[in-house]
Amino acid sequence: MFSGFELTGQSIAFFLISLFVIACGVLLLNLKKVIYSALAIGGVFIGVAAIYIMLEAEFLAFTQILVYAGAITIMLLFAIMLTRHDEIEMQTSITAHPVWSALGVIGLGGLILYVIKFSGIRWPEPLRESPFQGQDNVKMIGESLFSQYVIPFELVSVVLIVAVVGAITLANKEEN
Amino acid sequence: MLSVEQFLTLAAILFSIGLYGALTKRNIIIVLVSIELMLNAVNINLLTFARYGLMPAISGQVFTLFAMTIAAAEVAVGLAILIALYRNRNTSDVRDQDLMKW
Repeated sequence: MFSGFELTGQSIAFFLISLFVIACGVLLLNLKKVIYSALAIGGVFIGVAAIYIMLEAEFLAFTQILVYAGAITIMLLFAIMLTRHDEIEMQTSITAHPVWSALGVIGLGGLILYVIKFSGIRWPEPLRESPFQGQDNVKMIGESLFSQYVIPFELVSVVLIVAVVGAITLANKEEN
Repeated sequence: MLSVEQFLTLAAILFSIGLYGALTKRNIIIVLVSIELMLNAVNINLLTFARYGLMPAISGQVFTLFAMTIAAAEVAVGLAILIALYRNRNTSDVRDQDLMKW
């Protein structure tokens, strides 16, 4: 499937993690109870964090575990518990809608895979040694964030505070 | 040695799973979760090109950090809207959320 494929520890780990992530994703779609789906998405987030470590983004991997696998999954569980969580996703009668969605998604996925593999694009050869060798990942991100990207950083903090205030306003029960 | 294609393929598969979930699932929370799955797939692509791209740089990681922040804000607002909708209409089914349907 992949040209120039070598069976190294790294590639075995990559395939196991990919298998885990995709299996959790499929489970997310197929599980009947909503609460189990939320647990499956936790598995996806942890697997993606492992992929980040393979891509030498250690800081982002741990941010992923903290923010996604920690905060967002727990928040989703809270939301499920606050709404009607005992309802079971009904087996939809065969209607046209899921079939067309599946066809569209398979078409799009096939197109992306075609572009990745068979369209003749020469992807850059992977570097044997890391381009970030010997440098502290967190330090590099911090230096970049506070020199080159300081204005986007401030704007993102504004977006975050607006989102949190907006969330409180929306979810707050009106007293009249 | 891992190649760019492998990471891109994984991201494409994850994106497709997320898109299918967002289009077909009926519970609004699962739709939100599927959108998160798509965002994660995009983040994998960004990090792949930050590491294995033609010009490896830390900028891809910084951009992923921003994307994660915006995703967290999106989930917070989305769940707040969900709670408000559930309070008013007593359902978490996407097909019942037709208040703004023309």
